[in-house]
Amino acid sequence: MAEAVDYKVIGTSPIRPDGVDKVTGRAQYGADLNLPNMIYGRVLRSPHAHARIKRIDTSRAEAMKGVYSVVSGKDFPEAEHGEIGGEGGGDISDLAKNIMARDKVLYHGHPVAAVAARSQRVAEEALAAIEVEYEVLTPVLDLDTAMASDAPLVDENCYTKNLPEKPDKPSNIAAVMQLGRGDVDQGFEQADVIVEGEYRIPAAHQGYIEPHACIANTNESGQSTVWCCTQGHFEFRAMTAKVLNMNVADLKFVASEIGGGFGGKTVVYLEPVAVLLSRKAHRPVKMMMTREEVFRATGPASGTHIKVKVGARKDGTITAATAWMAYEAGAFAGAPMGPGAMSVFAPYDLENFKVEAFDVLVNKPKVAAYRAPGAPQSMHAMECALDELARKLGMDPIDLRLKNAADEGTQAPYGPKFPAIGLKACLNAAKNHPNYTKPLPEGAGRGIAVGFWFNVGMQSSAEVHINENGTVTVVEGNPDIGGSRASMCLMAAETLGVPYEQVRAIIGDTESTGFSNVTGGSRTTFATGMAVVRACEDIIAQCRARAAATWGVDEDQVLWEDGQATPAPGVNADVKPLSLADIAANAAKTGGPLLGRASLNAQGAGASFSVNIADVQVDRETGKVDVLGFTAIQDAGRAIHKAYVEGQMQGGAAQGLGWALNEEYIYDANGVMQNAGFLDYRIPVASDLPMIDCEIVEVPNPSHPYGVRGVGETPIVAPLAATANAVRDAVGIRIHDLPLSPPRIVAAIDAAGS
Amino acid sequence: MSKVQVTTSINGEEMEFLCEPQQTLLEVLRETLSRTGTKEGCATGDCGACSVLVDDRLVCACLMLGVEAEGHEITTIEGIATDDGLHPLQQKFLEHAALQCGICTPGLIVAAKSLLEKHPDPDETTIRYWLAGNLCRCTGYDKIIRAVQDAAKELAHPA
Amino acid sequence: MVRVVFPQHLLSVTGGEREVAVEADNFRELLEALEARFPGSREPLAKSAAAVDGQIYQDAFLEPLEPGSEVFFMQRIEGG
Ligand code: FES
Ligand code: FES
Repeated sequence: MAEAVDYKVIGTSPIRPDGVDKVTGRAQYGADLNLPNMIYGRVLRSPHAHARIKRIDTSRAEAMKGVYSVVSGKDFPEAEHGEIGGEGGGDISDLAKNIMARDKVLYHGHPVAAVAARSQRVAEEALAAIEVEYEVLTPVLDLDTAMASDAPLVDENCYTKNLPEKPDKPSNIAAVMQLGRGDVDQGFEQADVIVEGEYRIPAAHQGYIEPHACIANTNESGQSTVWCCTQGHFEFRAMTAKVLNMNVADLKFVASEIGGGFGGKTVVYLEPVAVLLSRKAHRPVKMMMTREEVFRATGPASGTHIKVKVGARKDGTITAATAWMAYEAGAFAGAPMGPGAMSVFAPYDLENFKVEAFDVLVNKPKVAAYRAPGAPQSMHAMECALDELARKLGMDPIDLRLKNAADEGTQAPYGPKFPAIGLKACLNAAKNHPNYTKPLPEGAGRGIAVGFWFNVGMQSSAEVHINENGTVTVVEGNPDIGGSRASMCLMAAETLGVPYEQVRAIIGDTESTGFSNVTGGSRTTFATGMAVVRACEDIIAQCRARAAATWGVDEDQVLWEDGQATPAPGVNADVKPLSLADIAANAAKTGGPLLGRASLNAQGAGASFSVNIADVQVDRETGKVDVLGFTAIQDAGRAIHKAYVEGQMQGGAAQGLGWALNEEYIYDANGVMQNAGFLDYRIPVASDLPMIDCEIVEVPNPSHPYGVRGVGETPIVAPLAATANAVRDAVGIRIHDLPLSPPRIVAAIDAAGS
Repeated sequence: MSKVQVTTSINGEEMEFLCEPQQTLLEVLRETLSRTGTKEGCATGDCGACSVLVDDRLVCACLMLGVEAEGHEITTIEGIATDDGLHPLQQKFLEHAALQCGICTPGLIVAAKSLLEKHPDPDETTIRYWLAGNLCRCTGYDKIIRAVQDAAKELAHPA
Repeated sequence: MVRVVFPQHLLSVTGGEREVAVEADNFRELLEALEARFPGSREPLAKSAAAVDGQIYQDAFLEPLEPGSEVFFMQRIEGG
């Protein structure tokens, strides 16, 4: 359990340093920068979900007045196969082809050409003047079709990976994965009760409110500066360099403020195109996606088809569990079926289980990470199945989970033994929460579910500068999506022992600070925070040395307490302690400016668990679900900025509720998305939601100086099943598929009634 | 295409600009006048990121033409703070951590200002329905609602 | 000896062996020992994540190992 630690500023909720600029409209987001001489780039997109490109003629567009450059697939270097590395992951050649189609278009909205012109309107007219001749092919639009042995192929060169032997013919199954332990047949024989279910969830979009945008300014020696909204400018630089076969040193990436990402801004779409257009046009090129383009051509989360089977003894002990899961990858391999498979049973201590997972190509946009990629879908299936199991056993659903819950030392389904984790703490907190026992209105239902995410560490850099008046500037390389500057300032202030207001954090560009992986994977407060703490410790060591030199004593005779250097007890008692400001003021005489730095590859990100409680009321006539109450309980390890931790939990809950109740990609028979706008792809609005109650559980992560686990992703995992279980409780019928939209609910009620 | 001259007032300042007849007020604000505090989330009237006040009406700037601004008073997020400092809504958004990425914030603050002018003491439901046209993907709205409630209190009884 | 466990998708690298014990004082030596035993294994293993005594490393290399340490190779985790 969380031991009581006395922190001065950690765990408080001060105002973020970038806040005033964000409430007054000053903060510059991706589309907010304009440069002199700037022109506008637009992308021509495929009107077909699957077709061969026979011919592209851009000559008419090129000849138009006000058009400065036109590019298509042939202008891009041949990209080799190879791993991108880092967070965005995947294959370079796939990434390159996703940015600009070469011989085939693989989804409706796939880029085939781009122009840069004097104005957006001229650019659009130029797009209309580009002639593309297609040979239309049959699109592969769903998992069942894609996995059939006679399916048309999305990629003729796709041979299933991870099989013991390379298959003799290509298929749409890009990769398989298996996990298992024990003997499931025997396990099911020991079971008194078995539940089985089959769950389908359509693709859903991250839905950040800011569309992708960038400006590239390429000079005549080929060097380019790119401003863009990104979750990680260093990785964007790496991807752009690889796609364009450029020297990384010739690219400078500056991260603008970012209007949401949730994983969707971990991969490049526009940036390499803008660099090329700018190179040809000799001018800065600004590119902004429309909302429709964001829906049609940037990564949604995988649509899935998942089957689970769970067996248990009468006392609730699970004796065996199996899962079969197919994940839509979109047009290129790389669906998050791995984390899906590794997370499905992660909260439970299972002796016998088996998981089979498939990464499946379909003619839809290439999926991108979306908060805890893979886990919401797989855990939805398991958590719904457990709800049914609890019903069959006549057991409280929290007790059933407690009975099987993983704990410190449990061997996780994905291999290692868990260090200290907060699952049981969260389950107990849920059980004791007043919202769990409070009476429900007539006809309403309550559901619970568990969420889990691994969290990651990865590489981060940070520098800490002590300004001449003793104020502190923290420089790091992670775009601030949800208040991370404030968290960095809090950790720096705590470590140095100075007030929060004395510290400011800025995000350096790729030329002004060290490499950092993306803001994603719930890693920023954990890993970059660790780098900031280490850099502050570096400063403290330097300050102690400076004080020792000032006083003429040994360094080990100087302590650092409450933000100042003090002599150790018994040493030179008459000297006055030196504050950061004192040391800074005298820095020129003691060795020059104070600069602390740290870079690391953070290890030991702690797994994070959550429990959600959802209360819903269902209108049996219309099928509309009203969310009456929602409670999010999560182990944060340690909450650095309490309000922003709650914010992550509430925001994730809202996204999960949207996915559970409304959000889905709807396609026609030709593979054209039918709801590519916020009117028809309806994300939760203020009037759809209640207040979201949060309880932060703190089981400190032993690998972080302040116990941080990372909180950003877990919150989206449990709401899907918690909501589905609440609807089940309210209507008395298990509806397996999502979203639980009014037509689906009405149909289920009608079917059950007839 | 020949441009039209438009005379208007933006945040209390007389302003003249030239715009193409088909340009939206949002495009004019952002690209012609470099008032980029007003954001674009969809350009189809579905997200509220572009909320501005036209006289005292709450409007999506992406659904109004630039030429329609003629003779009207436009208020954008850049015009909400005063010489005395931040507007209570801005202050309360900061205090309540009612923004994460912040892209929805300008629109929400403008919309909330309009709400409080019409309903100085709104209940939670009123706030939720008034702000239902302003999408926020990060916060789940909880802290936004609380910030607006607190700002309403502050405006009624200035500290 | 260090206990090393491979997931299903890496069994092609080890010729089907799920679990082996090797002598190694750190992760680099472990990879060398495994390469000696399963030629060609070094690259795919170096690209995998690994859990060493419960702690997940995305880029293990210099981590010390002790007799009795457990190493589980696993897929790298990404995130949103
Ligand atoms: S940009 Fe105007 S409503 Fe979305
Ligand atoms: S704070 Fe990001 S959309 Fe509202």
